[in-house]
Amino acid sequence: MLAYIARRLMLLPLILFGVTILIFIMLQFMNPYARLKLYVRSPAELKGGTDQLDRLLVKYGLNDPFWVQYGHWLEQVAQGNLGWSETAKTSVLDAIQNRFPATAELTLYAIVPLVFFAIWMGVAAAVRHNLWADQFLRFITVIGTSLPIFVLGLFLLMICYGLLYRHLPSLFEGWFAPGRLSEWAQAAVRDSKQFNSITGMVTIDAILNGQWRIFWDALGHLILPVVGLSFSGWAYLQRVMRSSMLETLRQDYVTTARAKGLPEKRVIVKHARRNALIPIVTLVGFTVIGLLGGVIITETIFNYPGLGNWTAAAAIQLDIPSVLGYVLFATTLLILINLIVDLLYTVIDPRVRLI
Amino acid sequence: MKAQQVKTETALEPLAPPTKNQSFWADNLRQLWANTWSVLKQLFKNPLSASGFIILLGFTLVALLAPWLAPPPERHFNPYMIPQDGYSSTPHPPSVQHPLGTTQNQYDIFYGLIWGTRTAFIIGIIVIFFTLLVGIVIGAVSGYFGGWIDEILMRITEIFLAFPSLVATMVLVTILGRGLDKVMIAFIVFGWMAYARLIRGNVLQAKENTYVEAARAAGANAARILFRHVVPNAIFPVLVVASLDIGTVVLGAAALSFLGIGAPEGYADWGQMINYAHNWILGTNDDKLAYWYTIFFPGLTISLFVLGWNFIGDAFRDIFDPRLRGTR
Repeated sequence: MLAYIARRLMLLPLILFGVTILIFIMLQFMNPYARLKLYVRSPAELKGGTDQLDRLLVKYGLNDPFWVQYGHWLEQVAQGNLGWSETAKTSVLDAIQNRFPATAELTLYAIVPLVFFAIWMGVAAAVRHNLWADQFLRFITVIGTSLPIFVLGLFLLMICYGLLYRHLPSLFEGWFAPGRLSEWAQAAVRDSKQFNSITGMVTIDAILNGQWRIFWDALGHLILPVVGLSFSGWAYLQRVMRSSMLETLRQDYVTTARAKGLPEKRVIVKHARRNALIPIVTLVGFTVIGLLGGVIITETIFNYPGLGNWTAAAAIQLDIPSVLGYVLFATTLLILINLIVDLLYTVIDPRVRLI
Repeated sequence: MKAQQVKTETALEPLAPPTKNQSFWADNLRQLWANTWSVLKQLFKNPLSASGFIILLGFTLVALLAPWLAPPPERHFNPYMIPQDGYSSTPHPPSVQHPLGTTQNQYDIFYGLIWGTRTAFIIGIIVIFFTLLVGIVIGAVSGYFGGWIDEILMRITEIFLAFPSLVATMVLVTILGRGLDKVMIAFIVFGWMAYARLIRGNVLQAKENTYVEAARAAGANAARILFRHVVPNAIFPVLVVASLDIGTVVLGAAALSFLGIGAPEGYADWGQMINYAHNWILGTNDDKLAYWYTIFFPGLTISLFVLGWNFIGDAFRDIFDPRLRGTR
């Protein structure tokens, strides 16, 4: 077990090395002047005509051989200099730090109910195999896996925001609206005398500050993005949970448990569900990774000011340092998630001795 | 022989090794068709997969018949560019002239969806063809030669897999600079890994067969053994998986077009049509859903397309993993 963890951890730098090499190779498709944006610390450096640009080329060693350049670039990245983000008008690292809490908040609100409901409903459907509850859930999940996130998001916006919210503005005060907060709440959050920003996640900060109106406002804004982001993931996970549960229910040890007279509920919860959860662990990892891509589309649709929205805006403006910053961030996160999933596997299923 | 039967566990017959008297390609094609036909027969037994097949057949017909269903106006040099009826930016509701209405900038929705079907198939088929090619070569070489070649190629595969796919394609498109051709390149560069792994596994099994040994004894060189004896016997499951991925590729490309880094302005592309609808989710004050048609028809089209692939994909999973049969 320990040897396995150690081996996996040793692989980590190797994969990161490969990933950075690959990114750097992709960058070679750009001309050196365009690549300068990855090195400067502010746009002011780039001003001053071609002479200045040529000077910068020499300064940052963009005429050097590939490996020297790569080493230099890696050093910069390791020091946290990812270049200047034209879209955010700050350095890329600051932009990521500023926007990460919003995306983390959205992802957390999406992943927790997603996993919970997927497992619960997957088990419920398997237990009621081919009864109406199962058929109904099957119908919903087919829709869930077939509606692309950008279609679902626009439908939701049109019906909830365009119709419900505008028909009954007093009932849905500030709810369903795009963005992260209503205007009054935004002003209140910015006012540092009244509001301490501790985690950067508005709902949690609002609770810590005791500002319940802001909390409800933020929650109301989160509903649609959360549904849009998690629906397809939920549908997929529910189906896998269901077939995994059906498979487990047919095992001999479940029959044994029933034969020895255990109550059905205990059979399902203790004997069947626990074993059916094993394949879900890997998939939850994949789902989180899918959310890293999903936030780009979801945040764009709902104009939610997080990492995804910023990355999409940057991609349209061909602002490469920003997009690259996000990919480095997302890839590192993905590698870590994969590592955690692999380790969890050994904990959950002792039969897996991965040595 | 035995190893392969255990692997696929289906009613499919393993490809027979080519004999001296038969032409290699005719033999393999006949076998491929026999396999495909047996899978199709199983598809039609299940009502869901049969309806999925019919949906996709409908889309194929629309794509093929596009010039007749939505004839491009005269002196319109590129049929993939949606004709504009005037320059008003506000969408107009369905009418006789525009059966599904016009979207932003007076692009005809019906025309865009019909020709967008062609775009979708072209993107899907080109991307899958080249990803398969790359995947097959890398996977086959890796599995057949083994040793350090295998080690290096599989580590490279892992590095490519370390990227979240949508994000990775986005970066490459941004670097290469917008456009559907760039989108296709990005999908090929970041799409071959699963096929390489799959074909490697199958090659590992297929290369143990006695006819491979016989070919080697007869003096065939490595390339000939690999691509005429081993790969044809290891390829079918990968072909199935890849053909099902067309739906995923189309969806991914639509997502990039939706974000505005795929199809150029005015190009007939589903993602682009949905991108236009983004500005019109709010109706007027009198009619709160005034512009419903801008999102409804493109959304329905793309969802139906994905639904068709999903139905077939589910049936394939049943066919290839018989343990799950009857659990759906």
